[in-house]
Amino acid sequence: MTRQYRLFTLEEAVNFALLALLIFVILPAMLDPFRLNLFGKYLTYAFVAVGLVLCWGAGGILSLGQGVFFGLGGYCMAMFLKLEASTPEATAIQSTPGIPDFMDWNRVTELPWWWEPFQSLPFTLVAIVAVPSAFAFVIGLAMFTRRVGGVYFAIITQAIAAILTILIIGQQGYTGGVNGMTDLRTLAGWDIRPDSAKLVLYFVNGALLFLCLLAGQWVRKGKVGRLLVAMRDQEDRVRFSGYNVANFKIFVFCLGAAFAAIGGAMFTLQVGFMSPTLIGIVPSIMMVIMCAVGGRHSLLGAVYGALIVNGAQTFFSEQMPELWLFAMGALFISVVMFFPTGLAGLYEDHIRPRLPGLRPRRPGRAEPIATAAAE
Amino acid sequence: MFDGYTMGELGAIFAMQGFAGLILFSVYVLMALGLAIIFGQMGVINMAHGEFMILGAYVTYLCSLFFATFLPELFGVYFFVAIVLAFMASGSLGMAVEWGIIRHLYRRPLDTLLATWGLSLILQQVYRSVFGAREVGVRIPEWMRGSLQVTDLVEVPFNGLLLMTLTLCIAAGVYLMLYRSAWGQQVRAVMQNRVMADAVGINTGRTDRLTFGIGCGIAGIAGSAFTMVGSTGPTAGQLYIVDTFLVVVFGGAASLFGTIASAFSISQVQSVLEFFLSGSMAKVLTLLTVIIILMLRPQGLFTLKVRK
Amino acid sequence: MKKTPPVLPGVHTNRRNVLMGGAALGAATLFMPKGLRAQDFPTDQVNTTGLAVTDTTATVGILHSITGTMAISETGSVQAEKLAIAQINAQGGILGRQIDFIQEDGASDWPTFAEKARKLLINDRVPAVMGCWTSASRKAVLPIFEQQNGFLYYPTFYEGLEESPNVIYTGQEATQQIIAGLDWVMREKGAESFYLIGSDYIWPRTSNKIARIHIEKNGKQVVGEDYFPLEHTQFNSTINRIRLQRPDVIYAIVVGGSNVAFYRQLKAAGIDLTREAPTLLTISVTEDEILGIGGDNIEGAYACMKYFQSLDNPNNEAFVAAFKEMWGSDIVIGDVTQAAYLGPWLWKAAVERAGSFDVDKVREASPGIELDTAPEGYVKVHDNHHLWSRTRVGRANAEGQYDVVYETADLIEPNPFPEGYQ
Repeated sequence: MTRQYRLFTLEEAVNFALLALLIFVILPAMLDPFRLNLFGKYLTYAFVAVGLVLCWGAGGILSLGQGVFFGLGGYCMAMFLKLEASTPEATAIQSTPGIPDFMDWNRVTELPWWWEPFQSLPFTLVAIVAVPSAFAFVIGLAMFTRRVGGVYFAIITQAIAAILTILIIGQQGYTGGVNGMTDLRTLAGWDIRPDSAKLVLYFVNGALLFLCLLAGQWVRKGKVGRLLVAMRDQEDRVRFSGYNVANFKIFVFCLGAAFAAIGGAMFTLQVGFMSPTLIGIVPSIMMVIMCAVGGRHSLLGAVYGALIVNGAQTFFSEQMPELWLFAMGALFISVVMFFPTGLAGLYEDHIRPRLPGLRPRRPGRAEPIATAAAE
Repeated sequence: MFDGYTMGELGAIFAMQGFAGLILFSVYVLMALGLAIIFGQMGVINMAHGEFMILGAYVTYLCSLFFATFLPELFGVYFFVAIVLAFMASGSLGMAVEWGIIRHLYRRPLDTLLATWGLSLILQQVYRSVFGAREVGVRIPEWMRGSLQVTDLVEVPFNGLLLMTLTLCIAAGVYLMLYRSAWGQQVRAVMQNRVMADAVGINTGRTDRLTFGIGCGIAGIAGSAFTMVGSTGPTAGQLYIVDTFLVVVFGGAASLFGTIASAFSISQVQSVLEFFLSGSMAKVLTLLTVIIILMLRPQGLFTLKVRK
Repeated sequence: MKKTPPVLPGVHTNRRNVLMGGAALGAATLFMPKGLRAQDFPTDQVNTTGLAVTDTTATVGILHSITGTMAISETGSVQAEKLAIAQINAQGGILGRQIDFIQEDGASDWPTFAEKARKLLINDRVPAVMGCWTSASRKAVLPIFEQQNGFLYYPTFYEGLEESPNVIYTGQEATQQIIAGLDWVMREKGAESFYLIGSDYIWPRTSNKIARIHIEKNGKQVVGEDYFPLEHTQFNSTINRIRLQRPDVIYAIVVGGSNVAFYRQLKAAGIDLTREAPTLLTISVTEDEILGIGGDNIEGAYACMKYFQSLDNPNNEAFVAAFKEMWGSDIVIGDVTQAAYLGPWLWKAAVERAGSFDVDKVREASPGIELDTAPEGYVKVHDNHHLWSRTRVGRANAEGQYDVVYETADLIEPNPFPEGYQ
């Protein structure tokens, strides 16, 4: 079969452009540096949500451990930054100058061997994507070849998140423990703390997010994406057609992990530290919720979902610090109950039909590109 | 580490260590039984399970206050009243939640996870608003706080004995209900084939509500029992959720016996490791072992053969 | 020509006049310096850096977790800070300005702490923040405070190894809290062997490191050292190990909800702390934690810290009475709560001494500030931004309070970077 898939329909191109307008023009123009930095932080979660759209929305694989990959990416970045911040001069007060402060506090007197490569920026940049992807590959290989899926997979990934958190906290001489890695200062000599640097990082973050979105779009529109959807809906039929189902699942899971890891690295750069609280179960579930709010079938929806969930959390907790959990809880429940397809579903059902020249794709509830199963 | 101890002393330590493992086992079984019903039988991922437990703990707290104030002479036995009330409170809340939220989501099991997560946030804040952000101290009657002197060296805590007895009773009760009662038959029928069950005249809606309610009620009993050994605060429920799910999944979700077997093996491994290693590493190793076994045997220890 | 603000009477010479404060609210008004009116301190002179200080109010930040797991511990600090602010306002405020506060929720999540700290400093421009509890939250906000030149009053006893120009540490650092208590237990209880146990994070680990070095320096023995994940709830295996090792002292630095499990299980396992065989010495259980543990489960344990609710002095009586009046009669007050209460008062003293709200001037004025109205007694700010304070040992009673059994004769000098203990 040599059928060509177009990467974008006109409508999708317009929607991408609108999001780009929002991220690159409207937000920077409207917000002061502090708020813009906050939105930059929200957008780092959007990487995870976009990855989840591919794994969960398209592939039907729900991972409750995306925080693991977000965290691994973030920690790789943080290790590099921490080493750079721990020059012998800056750490002269320690009993062993030149190693990160938390190592010194825990009587580690020598940089562990697996820290050494993180002195190099190129290695770090590769590791940010490679380490989490490799980890995802191992998990995926073990699980998908044995046809673990659905709820089981969700709970096992959740347990992995719990283990990694305990492990990082327990090995604090090498990882910084509960505190995480704090007081990160420069990236290859460039101070990441002033507002001007935050602005640059915001745009870098936005650009990377769009690269991930494009990659996601490409995967979804291509053969892999169609097979994934087919697998989600009728796994056995795909298998009987001669495809190795596990390989596709592993691929998309690794891709989601890589996206999450890039987000994590950008988080470290923009927020200035990394801590195990970003790995555990709570953040991992929050990431899934962002994806659900945005619409689990829509790449762009995931970005909006990340912005809305985090924005709501900030807004509610500033307005009513004592009661904001009520608002968040109610938001999650009502989204699941009343808008199971999230914001993207609202768009499909209510906005899209009113746009000139666009008819509903299918009557009733939109289950986008599910028809691909029939290919 | 065993230098300079007599055989008797070592024997005593090991006896008590075995007992510690049994206490942990009881804790795990109590945690997991309710979830085994809700998750295993109904397929609902109830992230608010911990909050239902804490509701039971708070009911116990209120009960202890009530008895201390109005019926001080009966304080010694208030705990048994508290258990019943905790079951009823968590059970009714569970049924209300099933009616309001869960029943709309049976076709989308993963979505129950998100909705119940929202529910758990709300419940935590309710507890905080009602009972305050601090922990509450549940007073335990004197007789339950002591220990039984078996020999000079071996002391067996009463609360541990009570916990085990309770676990035994509830496990037996659940078994009888699920496998020896008409209701249990209906529950299993609905689980295996909802449409068919409906067709043969089972009121699936009512069965679901009751099942969910009983699962939550058992969580309430667990919470009530845990006031003896753990803390009671708005967020305490979160502590249990990962362990609980792992126990159930490890056991093979749909199997009651599997849940008990998995609780037994996990608790024994953990308590032995804890004795020889530091607590943090013991926990990591235990979880890791569970995960590796799950990767090798993803369906859990025991499974029902069900046609999918 | 610039008008210099009037020098406050007696700030540098006689601390009694200036700092007689809110602890003894009623009586203190007699001694209050009169005539601190806002118009004597024009806003453009006391606030040259654009802080949230107007002609009538100064707005500070309160940044603690009021949701999530840490809310259990941090609630007391929030209450204490609000009480201090209310009392300061009742006395006429600071430099004639009423103190307003913006409260933010750190949600027991370190990135959230960082986000809210940024908001308070950049958006709200608060001249001071009372906040943080765990080391992790402090570490998360510290770079922000240093970069934005904020000023933080941090209330918790902590591991030391830190000295920031932008933080005043109103709790004790580790050596202050630990060494006096160990000396006491070796001297009074003849302790020879110690079993160290703690939650698995930096404060217990660093504290136990200091404790171990001090114990071994004195020729005594450490027979075990154990760490548990935060929120661990099963201690029976450890209790058996403790039995096996038979230490004279269990040295416990367990935090949060784990405490409840630890002490209840200890009691149930037949280790009655009132028999003092072994003696239990803790540096992490305040009256707040006992609320959850239950007094009858921990009776007989010793705690070593700088403040107990039962301290017998007029400052403390007034403080406890005012606290109960504001927050309810059944409330308890722990060490950290008291330290949090000092924050606003130390800030007030520093602002008045500096005659300015500007952070740089307040920082400069802070070392040497004395407070003899503190519930814990007289305290003084050291050049290293920690407080000189006494350390006390208390014995837990069945009512959930500590009876003070020992108090160091002198104030202990804070020493966040102790030589020979690293």
